[in-house]
Amino acid sequence: MKLYLKFLSIHLRSAMTYRSSFFLSCLGQVLITTNVFLSVVFLMDRFQSIGGYTLPQLSLCYAVILAGTSLAECFARGLDAFGRILSQAQFDRIMLRPRPLLFQVLCQDMKPTMFARVLQAAVMLIWALGAGAVRWTPAKALTLALMILCGAGVFFGVFLINACVTFFTLEHIEALNIFMDGPREYGKYPFGVYGKPVLLILTFLVPLALVQHWPLQFLFDRGPAWYGLLPLAALLFLIPCGLLWRLGVRHYRSTGS
Amino acid sequence: MIEMQGICKTYRVRRREAGLGNAFKSLLSREYTEIPALRDMTFTVPDGQILGYIGPNGAGKSTTIKILSGILRPDSGACTVDGLVPWENRKAHVARLGVVFGQRSQLWWDVPVMESFDLLRDIYRVPAPVYRENLNRLTALLDLGDLLKTPARMLSLGQRMRCEIAAALLHGPKVLFLDEPTIGLDAVSKLKVREFILEQNRLCGTTVLLTTHDMQDIDALCSRVLLIGKGRLLLDGDTAQIRAMAGEDLSTEEAVADLYRCFGI
Repeated sequence: MKLYLKFLSIHLRSAMTYRSSFFLSCLGQVLITTNVFLSVVFLMDRFQSIGGYTLPQLSLCYAVILAGTSLAECFARGLDAFGRILSQAQFDRIMLRPRPLLFQVLCQDMKPTMFARVLQAAVMLIWALGAGAVRWTPAKALTLALMILCGAGVFFGVFLINACVTFFTLEHIEALNIFMDGPREYGKYPFGVYGKPVLLILTFLVPLALVQHWPLQFLFDRGPAWYGLLPLAALLFLIPCGLLWRLGVRHYRSTGS
Repeated sequence: MIEMQGICKTYRVRRREAGLGNAFKSLLSREYTEIPALRDMTFTVPDGQILGYIGPNGAGKSTTIKILSGILRPDSGACTVDGLVPWENRKAHVARLGVVFGQRSQLWWDVPVMESFDLLRDIYRVPAPVYRENLNRLTALLDLGDLLKTPARMLSLGQRMRCEIAAALLHGPKVLFLDEPTIGLDAVSKLKVREFILEQNRLCGTTVLLTTHDMQDIDALCSRVLLIGKGRLLLDGDTAQIRAMAGEDLSTEEAVADLYRCFGI
């Protein structure tokens, strides 16, 4: 852990070497996601409610997804850049060091500017709560925390799968971004509004609905309390991801001389 | 002690003719060519030896190094380094191993060299007194002094190579692999690097396995030379033997080319 913080500090410092770029990139992150959210606001301006949800409720929903993706992206950036790590043979160097491989890959690259988005998510969350999205109980607060943390976990798994595929193809597959950028874009609405097939896929295949749609039902008093614990079940998703990673490492063949 | 026993390694390479049409075809059906990189490679290296490992491009030098350092697993054969199988006991093995790739860096680009060193200390969990002693010795021998405060990206190739070698030795490994350590260096830097390798070997008894295309490296450093070609071990002898075979001054490119030719590689 100490080592991880050291790496974080190195990445933070290298990011801040180029000062204006650091701030612009923070600003850019926030602008993009603000844009997405504004589209919801404008729609709501006309229709008052979408799929039976009010604006503060949707804002809560988006804040949860945004916080989850941004946390995952901040810490699992190394997996996103894994194609580069493989093709530039940095993975050879990683294998030459006496630490767990996955841990080192995560240390290779981090994206501190993503914290800007986490901050933005926090602001949206506070606003949504202030606007009365939810009637609070301690159990609901716990569910909310689980949604964000387990959400980050599921996105981490998606990143991991993405990286594992790279072991076999040796290049980043853009198509897989559907599972990364897609949920952030579409996560502004609870997945239920997209219809049953989508909801089923996102419940059982890539369990994003378990950290968003189902626990939201509990938060908004539309579902039973055990829905609030579903985010934990989503973490099971990480098991096949981990197995795939092992398979990938065994399959690894170095490149170049 | 490094032992390699009947190691074979074959790469499967995807083949494709040039052109867009063939690119499409390869999406549907793929043809593979098998390229044997190592065929029945067997040798042992006793502790404290400086071993030169030479051969033309594509002979299997890097593959050998990668297998010995646990990056690749061979198709068949047995291999131990100080009693450990590299690809099975990866962490324990690499903790006692230093590797320098002449063409790749292990320093972090944007931060001063000293910070890279500190990070390596934490990665390898080097105890503070040992680290301080190693660092002082390496700084003195490799003349690193002022370089430590410079970011790696601002170093010249010669300066960087000295830092790379120091970085590989901070944790006091018993075995050191050098993959073309003098590539692209000027005469002064080459001499410095060679002088250091000898010194390190003498002082710490470090076993060194060196691949190079520079026969002067071999001449100056190695007590024993392995010549490989097309994945096979062709000659295992001392420098004098190689020199006798080459007929004349080993330092000329012609002599080396002749040597390769007389083995048909």
